[in-house]
Amino acid sequence: MAERAFQLNRVSLAGAGALAVVLCLTAGTLTAVALRADSVGGLGPADWAAIRFTLLQASLSAFISVALAIPVARALARRDFAGRGLLLTLLGAPFILPVMVAVLGLLAVFGRNGIVSVALGQIGLDPISIYGLRGVLLAHVFFNLPLATRLILQGWQTIPAERFRLAAALGFSAGDVARILERPMLRAVLPGAFLVIFLICLTSFAVALALGGGPKATTLELAIYQAFRFDFDLGKAALLGTVQFALGASAALLAVRMTTAPGIGAGLGRQVLRWDARAGVLRLQDGVLILLAALFLVLPLFMIVKNGIPGLFHLPATVLWAAARSGVVALASAGLTLGLALPICALVVRRRASWAEAVGYLSIAASPLVMGTGLFIILNPVVNPSALALPVTALVNAAMSLPFALRAIAPALLDVEDHYGRLSDGLGITGMDRFRLVWLPRLRRPLGFSAGLAGALSMGDLGVIAMFADPEGATLPLQLYRLMAAYRMQDAAAAALLLLMMSLAIFWIFDRGGRGHADA
Amino acid sequence: MLTLEKANVQLDGFALSADLQVAQGSFVAVLGPSGAGKSTLLGAIAGFQDLTSGRITWGGRDITDTHPSMRPVSMIFQDNNLFPHLTVAQNVGLGLRTDLRLSSDDKRRVDQALARVGLQGLSDRNPGQLSGGQIARVALARVLLRAKPILLLDEPFGALGPALKSEMLALVRALAQETDATVLMVSHEPKDASAIADQVILVADGIAHAPRATQDIFDDPPAALVTYLG
Repeated sequence: MAERAFQLNRVSLAGAGALAVVLCLTAGTLTAVALRADSVGGLGPADWAAIRFTLLQASLSAFISVALAIPVARALARRDFAGRGLLLTLLGAPFILPVMVAVLGLLAVFGRNGIVSVALGQIGLDPISIYGLRGVLLAHVFFNLPLATRLILQGWQTIPAERFRLAAALGFSAGDVARILERPMLRAVLPGAFLVIFLICLTSFAVALALGGGPKATTLELAIYQAFRFDFDLGKAALLGTVQFALGASAALLAVRMTTAPGIGAGLGRQVLRWDARAGVLRLQDGVLILLAALFLVLPLFMIVKNGIPGLFHLPATVLWAAARSGVVALASAGLTLGLALPICALVVRRRASWAEAVGYLSIAASPLVMGTGLFIILNPVVNPSALALPVTALVNAAMSLPFALRAIAPALLDVEDHYGRLSDGLGITGMDRFRLVWLPRLRRPLGFSAGLAGALSMGDLGVIAMFADPEGATLPLQLYRLMAAYRMQDAAAAALLLLMMSLAIFWIFDRGGRGHADA
Repeated sequence: MLTLEKANVQLDGFALSADLQVAQGSFVAVLGPSGAGKSTLLGAIAGFQDLTSGRITWGGRDITDTHPSMRPVSMIFQDNNLFPHLTVAQNVGLGLRTDLRLSSDDKRRVDQALARVGLQGLSDRNPGQLSGGQIARVALARVLLRAKPILLLDEPFGALGPALKSEMLALVRALAQETDATVLMVSHEPKDASAIADQVILVADGIAHAPRATQDIFDDPPAALVTYLG
């Protein structure tokens, strides 16, 4: 069909362009890194220590998060209480929470001068310290306990309500229910949840930068940064980057095989009636667990707000400029994410090219610092990379957000074409008219959500920018880290509050924008 | 004359062949058991379903490989005939300009078409505010503006109650006569067919049979129709 072929060519062209950008950022940077890397013999004892620490902290973080999440998810699955919906929403919040903000909040609660240490001091005990492995684990569990809880809760809700009714009719005890209904579900869900968190923690940079460091607590990502920034040893950085990618890709391959689609927020609202869990002891246990989990989540955020407010209106100009730069980078990254996601989705849907979606997911296996190293190697001969610090940051952030955007937009576009494809074809609504009159209005929700997510992730990101930025070109998360490193805690607290507000605001504005004008 | 010459459609485990002609201006009911391929027949004529072999012509012009929007065809589907995010007037206006940059003259024609189907004054509504019958009328108003010589109806009034349905069938019949359109209408109801159609195409056992006069086919039904009617 001649006309149709012409239309599809435009779709193919735009899609091919977007895929080319993604491939350059993933496979391209990786190739540059691999070509520049020292031989494996170049790994010194410190590098091996970094590899060991990376694997150790990722395993422990995933294990602790999942182990704690099981009872919390069970409590949430079988209890209904005022604020349950709010708590479930809150469990999604760490996803868009800037790492540096969380670190500062955790320090305010668990640090040397935090409220826990102060309380311990009152009863004559030594303050606790959360630097090193303990701090890294604490921060990772803070971020991933909610994720694990959501994943496992989803598992619980795949058990049909009829099974629990049947269990009640047969007179099952809570132990019988656990053995016959719950454990088989957990066996199916837990490996995937563990691997997803393991993968996330494998590429941990900002947490390790703030709370780790030193020979005993350096992750690979941090080691790449140090080789790059302090030793100017590009060959070493590239070698470490290759190792990082190999680990990340293996874990990602495993995770893709074992994971049932985690989804981002759907279907957690239901609470199943349970007859086996009515005993007072179990109710008390669930109540305490939910309360502790909520406190663990809310307290650090509360401390950010409480400590940040006094300094909020006296922020130094450097912080305000950094905030402005972050705002621009976040907006650009949100735009780039959609600019990459939409053509890829169009290709997937109109051309039935599901492999294109797989290419879009490549960045899951890549890490921002590996991408950054590769881009530096590629760009350095041509331009001064630090002049491109902000555009590169926006682009790498967009690549990292792309999988989430694809997951939100591709099924929605498939749905639009299912419902309105024939009607549009029959009327001859093609090309830009189709994009403007059919796709954009029907995709508002997933587009708004994706843009909000991409904007918030970019707003809070501390990764590539740390490699590229010169002292005058910092974004807000980097500036926040510098304030912390300089022990200017008052300014740091205020900057953290500002960053938190900006991240939530950009997500809220885009997401809200996508929800307006409900039509059908 | 609409002609399907040895037209074949093959999908996974499903085949339909048609070798038939429909005279211009006739009103044809397409009958047959569900899953027999009634919608596939319409989809092939509309261009949503590629032929495996054979060809389709209209007035001697080969339209086998023509894009759906360039065929001499308007189609009304079972549902999703309107874009829920566009107003009634915009949905109708798409029949004139697919970029919706409507001149004042275009807008007047949209209003006229809406008046013809009995919807004057509703042009600024959203489809979500309309009843099922009104939605069908909006789709018909757009068909009027597109002014294509063939109208395909794929059980468009299946969800309407009996009274509303016969009202809509009468409207379709009247519009078709005014515009001298050739109509093919898929129906599950032999009653509808005998009430409104001049001819019947029976689709059964993978074959779309040539049209026969309605009176004739119900007086002397072929075996496949007897089985279907029960």
